[in-house]
Amino acid sequence: MDALGLLRPGASVSGLPAAHTPGAATGFALGDHAGRAQAAPAAEPGVVASTASGPLQRRFQPYQNNGGTVLAVAGKGFCVVASDTRLGLGYSIPSRKVSRILKMTDKVVLASSGMQADMLTLHKTLRMRLVQYQQTHQKHMSLTAASQMLSNMLYTRRFFPYYTFNVLGGIDENGEGWAYGYDAIGSHEKVSAVCSGTGQTLIQPVLDNQIEFKQQWGAPKVDLSLEATVELIRDAFTSAGERDIYTGDFVEICKITKDGVDVEEFQLKLD
Amino acid sequence: MSGLRLTEGSRGLAASVAVEGAPLTRTQVPYVTGSSVLGMKCADGVVIACDTMASYGTLARFKSLSRMHQVSPNCILGVGGDYSDFQQLQTMVDAEMTAQYVANDGLTLSPKAIHSFLARHMYHRRCKVDPLWNTVIVAGFDKGEGVLSLVDLFGTAFSSDVLATGFGLHLGLPLLRNAHRPDITVAEAKGVLEDILKVLFYRDARTNDVVQLASVTAAGVEIGKMTKLKTEWGYKSFVEGARVGDDSSW
Amino acid sequence: MFRNQYDTDITTYSPQGRLHQVEYAMEAVKQGSASVGVRSKTHVVLATLKRFASELSGDQKKLFAIDDHVVIAISGLTADARVLSRYMRTETQHHKFMYDEPMPVGRLVLQVADKCQISTQRASKRPFGVGLLVAGVDENGPHLYQTCPSGNYFEYLAMAIGARSQSAKTYLERTYTTLAEAGVEELIQSAVTALRETVASSKDTELTTKNTAIAIVGTDGSGMRVLENAAVQPYIDALDAASPASDDEEEDGDGDNAAAAPAAAAPDAAAGEAAPAADAPAEGPADMQT
Repeated sequence: MDALGLLRPGASVSGLPAAHTPGAATGFALGDHAGRAQAAPAAEPGVVASTASGPLQRRFQPYQNNGGTVLAVAGKGFCVVASDTRLGLGYSIPSRKVSRILKMTDKVVLASSGMQADMLTLHKTLRMRLVQYQQTHQKHMSLTAASQMLSNMLYTRRFFPYYTFNVLGGIDENGEGWAYGYDAIGSHEKVSAVCSGTGQTLIQPVLDNQIEFKQQWGAPKVDLSLEATVELIRDAFTSAGERDIYTGDFVEICKITKDGVDVEEFQLKLD
Repeated sequence: MSGLRLTEGSRGLAASVAVEGAPLTRTQVPYVTGSSVLGMKCADGVVIACDTMASYGTLARFKSLSRMHQVSPNCILGVGGDYSDFQQLQTMVDAEMTAQYVANDGLTLSPKAIHSFLARHMYHRRCKVDPLWNTVIVAGFDKGEGVLSLVDLFGTAFSSDVLATGFGLHLGLPLLRNAHRPDITVAEAKGVLEDILKVLFYRDARTNDVVQLASVTAAGVEIGKMTKLKTEWGYKSFVEGARVGDDSSW
Repeated sequence: MFRNQYDTDITTYSPQGRLHQVEYAMEAVKQGSASVGVRSKTHVVLATLKRFASELSGDQKKLFAIDDHVVIAISGLTADARVLSRYMRTETQHHKFMYDEPMPVGRLVLQVADKCQISTQRASKRPFGVGLLVAGVDENGPHLYQTCPSGNYFEYLAMAIGARSQSAKTYLERTYTTLAEAGVEELIQSAVTALRETVASSKDTELTTKNTAIAIVGTDGSGMRVLENAAVQPYIDALDAASPASDDEEEDGDGDNAAAAPAAAAPDAAAGEAAPAADAPAEGPADMQT
């Protein structure tokens, strides 16, 4: 599967224009106007021309990238998880307000970018597993447990992966805030700040610099307050929205503290 | 690729045929296809609209087919994409509704449940790499509120105040977004949707001028008759083409 | 010792047309400690009496939360109940996954009843030795159902199952007309009072905070909650404040006619809410004999 480079965010998957990848879907995504394209048989979501020799064949490609940026930033006793709400498809925006966030418990929040259909299924399955956990163990799932379960669930689809790029954030058993970053098949890392999705390349370096104080030689590491973190996240999304066409419309920001999850929303440019 | 070449090149792919030595292939290509569906949520209900053509490649193969399907007393579908897959979908949804009916407890599926059910079904098929090649708009009215949701061949599913599929995603959606107000009425929205269908007819070669509008309100489903759009071809730019300095690209 | 030629396997009828193994399973329900359910126009309440295997042990679980909108109380073999509750939890979760909506209570009960029925008709199976009171809310409001090992199920306004449940049923038959309009607190108190009837004649058992558990489901969106330990104290206190338990309890003799008492078998529920009460037993035969 990864021969197609599917597992990297921003890799060429039909639905996203990726002109540099020969053979993959390019240019306009013509929605469901099947059989319409005159020159390029690949100009539809879900259809790709075979590059192998032999008769020209078109076949269904089961992956699609709906874009979106998700991030999680942990701080002293809190964690902030945020995502934009744009649903992108090719050069179109079928909807401006589709949530990518799943509140797993009062202390754990998940945000997933990538393919919306896979995200939806992953979230539904997770929700089911959370209920089952609650019923068997008579308690809410901890951040650590949730992070491992997400990894396991992604890995069950190792050979037909969920095309989702997840970040998980929350408060652990000790009251500390943590963020977890994942790839599509469940590899994960416990960090203090992570960003995934189409805006990853724009935002992650900023988080490295501002949260982890990377490249700030000799500068004292300061713990950001919740307010300062939220402010940084707003700026990060505003900037990503400026340069990434798949990020925009609205941002949902979930502030997770010991008192629960508080969601705020702010608008990005609709262009 | 023309419709004719398309069929020649893909012969044998249409059905689930196992060729010895080759992997099992399934329907990988849509054949007879419907174009846009438009939808708008209103204060007093939901309106959806579509034209009535089904194309075979570039051929206008069928010119008065309905692309709407009533599922329940308060829910309809508007469907674009492969027409045979649409008919398969109708059979499947009807079977599900019958299964609900024969439970004999007076309960049936709400529009929201129908949307979810369709999304699960479409996602299941895409996971089998055997999709139903459609984009489906679900329009309903439940508990005093309009329901307007979309499902596509990948299982992508969401709800929105305005929706458009096919070419309408490009030409129709911006117009729908401009026209939408939370207090817009069904009657008003019908006019808007008809205007947008006209735009699509002018610009989308896979859309014809015989259209169908449907609404779902507290009073139930009303699927309108197929009506011919009143078109105007005498615009200066239509006749003379675009000039430098024109506002539009014509 | 001659007992009965027709009770050694599930699939053989007696000449009287009875399935003795199924009836014995129904008997197992009556051996279990009592469970009571009552319903108003807005809420359903279950009250259960928990048994302790020994002085040193914890209690046997009687209430199982199935979903946010459904809870069951069990009488009979707890181990069998766990199988059914796991099945019900899976079914409700799958329904939510598929339809994005909570499962209608009646549908769930029907599936459980069908599952019970299967094991009354296969030589290789044993009927479930447990009866359920299923409390839940859905589009049509609150519901109270009873399921039996026989595969029968009924909808009720008020019902009791388990040991000495006839006393509770007698109490409920006297008072059920007031339940429809009752508030939540009043409803809980009715359930606890009915439950107390089942231990009223007992020398060594009375309702305590340790052995009483209550579950409440409402249509007001508050979901489902369970009251245990100290939380049930007020209702037990209220019992003592009121008049002592009546002494007209009737023991379940041989029990054949006990379960089928038409209790409060909601006539209006059957008509108005399409309750699947069409196959409710008239009277007389044990209710597994349909």
